[in-house]
Amino acid sequence: MSSQHVKRVDLIFEKIECRDVLKKIVDMEPDAICQELLESDLKGRGGAGFPTGLKWCFTASEKDPVKYIVCNADEGEPGTFKDREILDLVPGKVFCGMAIAGKAIGAKMGYVYLRGEYKFLIPKLNEELKKFHQTMDEFNQNFRIQIRLGSGAYICGEESALFESIEGKRGEPRNKPPYPTKSGLFGKPTVINNVETLVHSVMIMKYGASHFKELGTKDSRGSKVFSISGDTPKAGIYELELGMTVDEFVNDFGDGDTKAVQVGGASGFCVPRKKFEETIIGFEGVPTGGSMKLFNSTRSMYNVLHNYLDFFTEESCGQCTPCRVGCQQLLKGVEAVKRGEKNSKYLDELVKLAKTMKRASKCGLGQSVGNAFGSIVENFKEEIIY
Amino acid sequence: METIIENELVRELANKHGRTRESLIPILQDLVVHNRFLSRQDMVDVARELDISAADVFGTATFYSFLDTEVRGKYVIRICKTISCAMKGKNDILSTIEEILKVKMGETTPDRKFSLLEANCIGWCHKAPAMLINDTPYTELTPRKVTEILREYIKK
Ligand code: SF4
Ligand code: FES
Repeated sequence: MSSQHVKRVDLIFEKIECRDVLKKIVDMEPDAICQELLESDLKGRGGAGFPTGLKWCFTASEKDPVKYIVCNADEGEPGTFKDREILDLVPGKVFCGMAIAGKAIGAKMGYVYLRGEYKFLIPKLNEELKKFHQTMDEFNQNFRIQIRLGSGAYICGEESALFESIEGKRGEPRNKPPYPTKSGLFGKPTVINNVETLVHSVMIMKYGASHFKELGTKDSRGSKVFSISGDTPKAGIYELELGMTVDEFVNDFGDGDTKAVQVGGASGFCVPRKKFEETIIGFEGVPTGGSMKLFNSTRSMYNVLHNYLDFFTEESCGQCTPCRVGCQQLLKGVEAVKRGEKNSKYLDELVKLAKTMKRASKCGLGQSVGNAFGSIVENFKEEIIY
Repeated sequence: METIIENELVRELANKHGRTRESLIPILQDLVVHNRFLSRQDMVDVARELDISAADVFGTATFYSFLDTEVRGKYVIRICKTISCAMKGKNDILSTIEEILKVKMGETTPDRKFSLLEANCIGWCHKAPAMLINDTPYTELTPRKVTEILREYIKK
């Protein structure tokens, strides 16, 4: 057993004077801001991991005079709760990140799309927003932020569905391309970033790209806030350096009896014990928006899978057939196998279906159902069947 | 001839949020806060106020689980049923509530004080099991704790 501990970091929750950072960026050239972000290699912290600097550069180069910054605070992935804590403890840093992005791309307006389940945060956010707008006025920056509240739809975390929702429609994902950098909110060039990504951008502007790059690995720079839950004595929110193995993680956070770790929530991958050592948490291994859920040997992985499938079946927006029907079939399928109505060969058919969903679904929801499905069925077949 | 009776609240909310398409959801959200659900009539009135079709308003409202189109109680209890909460005893919490309020999942008490609903992950998995009562989260629930919480609400 390795005794190595996972490295704790304190960048995201570090209390800083946002004014100072804002003051600094007011005088910076937009291009210099984009370059600093590019240099840092920061990848989006929502899960997909697109290079943030690139996103900003693309949007900055669009000629449209109207552009938007959107903060994606629609954190709905089962097992993920870090953005709530960030918004609760350091809301000013989130707004500051939006202002930096706004300056970088030339946007005057930003939206925070907050999930309805976090409505209780609104009074605090409004108070902080008032202070933020005062600072903007003081620095002669005409950048304003509005908060929009979601209404209990997981799919609105998907960026184009989120735009639809702000525009007052059903939160159904759009066809891509065009990408948001070209045509996002109200059809305008838009940068949409996760809460944590925006705060990282603040710290990069404060301490410089090189400081950020000292942490993590070549493919996964920096630190990341993790939401840790399940069978662990240390459930909670931790900022850790990227690049650890699941084994190192389990040594620190497991209960001594961990048999599987679900990395990246219901849409992520299930890593079984025998693969702990070889699996890196980060973009070179299993990427994650931050959710880490531990399961010990008392848990039935059938129940886990069933719960996930139930979730996806309910949250599929229903727009495209592979996802809408696929989710239902996977759910009915594993139930039939469990009841003994279908033999174990049938599971292989279901895995094929999940693969088809990955290829044929319109958005990340339908495309990622197969991650959990495939990795649980493959590694815990007996638990699904018997 | 049909006489149009002004819906004061809808008008007021449209004045507050505006009459463009992007005002629709904020208006519906506020209506739910006021009336506890969206009635057919309210949706028709909103449609008229924003000059869009009633079907469009209905179609949008039904997409979102918090925009209730069925009558709800004054206090809407949403119990998380996703994985962490399921693992940490959500079923016991649910049966405790059902027993105290004498309702089943999905139902509203006859006095329209409480509705009992399920929710997907509400973002408190490290403190599972969790639930929301209207906008307030309650975490690390036990049958005893939930009994105490409900007693407070019953008194209100
Ligand atoms: S993949 Fe699923 S959630 Fe995404 S657009 Fe298709 S039906 Fe909707
Ligand atoms: S699983 Fe219940 S709050 Fe996340």
